[in-house]
Amino acid sequence: MDDIEDSLDQWKFAQCFGDKGDVEDITEADIISAVEFDHTGDYLATGDKGGRVVLFERNHSKKGCEYKFFTEFQSHEPEFDYLKSLEIEEKINKIRWCKRTNRAHFLLSTNDKTIKLWKLYEKNLKVVAENNLSDSFHSPMQGPLTTPSQLRLPRLNHHDMIIAAYPRRVYANAHAYHINSISVNSDAETYISADDLRINLWNLSISDHSFNIVDIKPENMEELTEVITSAEFHPINCNHLMYSSSKGNIKLLDLRQSALCDNPCKLFEDQEDQDSKSFFSEIISSISDVKFSQNGRYILSRDYLTLKIWDVNMEKAPVKTIPLHDVLRSKLCDLYENDCIFDKFECTFSGDDKHVLSGSYSNNFGIYPTDSSLPGDRGQIVLQADKAAFRARKSAANNVPKLNAVKNNDWRSQPQAAMGSASVGLDPDNLDYNKKILHASWHPFEDSVAIAATNNLFVFSKL
Amino acid sequence: MQTENQVNDLYPIAVLIDELKHDEITYRLNALERLSTIALALGPERTRDELIPFLDESIDDEDEVLSALADQLGNFVDYVGGPEYAHVLLSPLENLAATEETVVRDKAVDSLNKVCICLSQEQLEQYFVPLVQRLSTAEWFTSRASSAGLYCAAYSQSENPAVKVSLRQSFSHLCHDEAPMVRRPAATNCAKFVFLVTKQEAIDEFIPLFNSLSNDDQDSVRLLSFDIMVSLAEVLKSDSEIRHYLLQPLRSFVSDSSWRTRYMVAANFVKLAKVVGPSLIKDELIKPFVLLMKDTEQEVRRAIATQIPGFCELLDKRIVLEEIIPVIQELINDPAQHVRAALGMNIGALAPQLGKEKTTEYLLPMFLELLKDENPEVRLNIISKLEVVNKVVGIELLSQSLLPAIVTLAEDKQWRVRLAIIDYIPLLAQQLGVEFFNEKMGNLCMSWLEDHVYSIREAAIKNLRKLTEIFGLEWATETIIPKFLAMRSHPNYLYRMTTIFAISEIAPALNAEVIEKQILPTLEQLVNDPIPNIRFNVAKAFEVLKPVLAAGGDSTVYEQQIIPLLEQLTKDNDPDVQYFATQALEQTND
Repeated sequence: MDDIEDSLDQWKFAQCFGDKGDVEDITEADIISAVEFDHTGDYLATGDKGGRVVLFERNHSKKGCEYKFFTEFQSHEPEFDYLKSLEIEEKINKIRWCKRTNRAHFLLSTNDKTIKLWKLYEKNLKVVAENNLSDSFHSPMQGPLTTPSQLRLPRLNHHDMIIAAYPRRVYANAHAYHINSISVNSDAETYISADDLRINLWNLSISDHSFNIVDIKPENMEELTEVITSAEFHPINCNHLMYSSSKGNIKLLDLRQSALCDNPCKLFEDQEDQDSKSFFSEIISSISDVKFSQNGRYILSRDYLTLKIWDVNMEKAPVKTIPLHDVLRSKLCDLYENDCIFDKFECTFSGDDKHVLSGSYSNNFGIYPTDSSLPGDRGQIVLQADKAAFRARKSAANNVPKLNAVKNNDWRSQPQAAMGSASVGLDPDNLDYNKKILHASWHPFEDSVAIAATNNLFVFSKL
Repeated sequence: MQTENQVNDLYPIAVLIDELKHDEITYRLNALERLSTIALALGPERTRDELIPFLDESIDDEDEVLSALADQLGNFVDYVGGPEYAHVLLSPLENLAATEETVVRDKAVDSLNKVCICLSQEQLEQYFVPLVQRLSTAEWFTSRASSAGLYCAAYSQSENPAVKVSLRQSFSHLCHDEAPMVRRPAATNCAKFVFLVTKQEAIDEFIPLFNSLSNDDQDSVRLLSFDIMVSLAEVLKSDSEIRHYLLQPLRSFVSDSSWRTRYMVAANFVKLAKVVGPSLIKDELIKPFVLLMKDTEQEVRRAIATQIPGFCELLDKRIVLEEIIPVIQELINDPAQHVRAALGMNIGALAPQLGKEKTTEYLLPMFLELLKDENPEVRLNIISKLEVVNKVVGIELLSQSLLPAIVTLAEDKQWRVRLAIIDYIPLLAQQLGVEFFNEKMGNLCMSWLEDHVYSIREAAIKNLRKLTEIFGLEWATETIIPKFLAMRSHPNYLYRMTTIFAISEIAPALNAEVIEKQILPTLEQLVNDPIPNIRFNVAKAFEVLKPVLAAGGDSTVYEQQIIPLLEQLTKDNDPDVQYFATQALEQTND
């Protein structure tokens, strides 16, 4: 238990953004639907159901891991597809940063149908101070324009500097179904976008056409048995990508093989689950997110109850299966009734590939070691990203010196029972199923994580 | 007076200058388009001292504006005072070459290259070469990527060996850049750079560069390095040296695991074959060619299909028959229609090389196979290339099997397919001759006149005119004119309209006698048609008839028969009919 206590002490709540009041009716548009660190860790982007993207910048003047507001812009607007009589929500489904190419930042954001490439840059606003025809020149007193030497170039005055967001490209009309993933290739020239049945390959600089590389749509839609739930490019090999399906398998594709990748070169499927078949087996085995590790050697997949770590070289079974909240197994019926069973939890590797992270209910999220030699639930940490935490810290700060408050971590007294072991201490009846941690991102090389909890963004760090 | 004039001259320029900083992008673009006007008004000195620095500071504008600016600056040497001042243009262009938009960067690079040609040796060494070096070592990849496009110009302009050495060195660094976005343009430009160096330098320095690029992890870089190999082969020339330096890479290109790389090889196969020479073709290229035709990826097979005629030209007839033809026979049944379509487009060109006997033996069966293809595009491609085969084997052999295929296409559900086949009819008619045509295709051509798609009817009429030109007047009066004139009594006015359109189209190819005897009675009848559209089109047709009748030298027919009819139409109830009738009359009076 000792080293667990140790590592517990190290993870600290660092920051919370967003409305801190305990209002029950949260504005729907404020709910965070995507969170992503950039490749340097100095910037953090969130997207919400209102179609906004908010960026945070690392505050280097602070010793710990703290971020400050950088800029905010409206990425997507609600639309209406008149041909299909469909409303298109403005909700941001995914944000992916592009590698930096110059002083500006680039990121891709997508809603259900349209992907946009945004450029964010510091823009000097200048105003014209002098003109040929402005009042100060060539007024009747000065006489008419007579010689070319009287011509003046406009003189500009510095007015202000703003962070401007400019939609560089709009990649529209390529998806018949809802886009669930976007992923930029390591060649920094192309990216993929995946919807329920197809994956398209784009060139970042060409927005009017894309190539379809995967199409699992059956001739007859009644024969539909699975959908694509998530897709990602390999972090190093430009030719490899994978996608996960609602049937609980992961397919690894090689773009070199053929133009249309209908035959995966590897198929990762866990056979163990087959014995305990029930009505819910198929639903809970559906993979909601897949990620490559930073070195591309391992794959992390998340289904409803577990996290699985796969070795790219071993298709028949995962190298480690981590149960997240096994206690929910008895409640599947209720969870089906209230639709929670269809929640799409994301998962993420740490920057050094030594840990993985994924969320649960009651604003709990867990950090688990990837080392498959660690027995049972050793090394697991469950934390709670809750507004209660913030308030506790605040009240503590009022009473005792601030530094102390952070160290003592008073705010954690409430979820203490849930810590240490992921599933043992949780009482399924007391979980708050409206508070779920679906989206999280891990700093590319620090032990700092950004957690989206409904309308709040939390930062936790070991620093 | 002079002051007045100058005020008038200068005022628009003052407005133009102000528009360089207008809030609306369209105004800024407009001002930039006419930047030369501004520069002329300011004079070379003020252009150098004020306008260029001013533009240099405007680099934070939108891409469209920057792209226009980059374009303008390339043609600005004269406005800054000629070549001796050309270097002042480099600074804004350098900044433009660092922007992230590829279009802007490419234009900036083009303009920099244009300016480079004007520079003296001193300017080159003092300004341009340092600029290239600066861009090549810049922090962000955009600058480095742009710099790759500048080496060729700088290198070919420079006469200083030391400068040349340093340029080659820094170019080699670019080819090893960590960013694939830089290695790509470096690879593209490397293929051009090779031609600027001596053969020894190419062997010592560029072969290693090529080897590293052709082994790049990124597909996108590797496939661009194929062009370098082609260039190198062209520079090396000698068979033994090509074998020594390029054989290994050549083999690995053909068997690359990435279909995109193989596609690149397939699409440029003839280009490669032409530079490596006959001995290498025989020893090294035939097998890869066959392998690419059997590739697992259909895109590769499609690309190699386009290379078949070009490549076979470089081979012995015997080898073509033994090695290539059997594989083509397999490809005829390729599951991918694009591959078959590409074959249809290309294998016809083999006929002249094979000669009549072999064409009949090998190609003709494949042709007939493709003519029966389920995909109309494949059939169409074959027919469009029939002429070449025709010359070799003669129409007799072709026509027996050709005709059923054409009839099927002519009745295709897709009107675009029908339209395409109509376009080939005159060509076929010429090849087949009158007799054959009358017998087999006359009715087909007439049936198109009654197609329910307007475009087909229109094309059918044009087709008739071309046929008249080919087979002559007599044929037309005997066969086609009675047929379309018969349509004047069709119950549907759209088909009656076809008669009129056909008259207008064909009339110029007819003589006065035919018009008087056959055409006029029809039009007389249609003047009283209940549909106004018919009536005013009759008026229009009269307009066309006039010059034809006049060419006969006798204007009595026109004056006595047509003018009364037109006058009747000017009194029509329908305003449109009145309008066109009046117009036809006015034209008559000219």
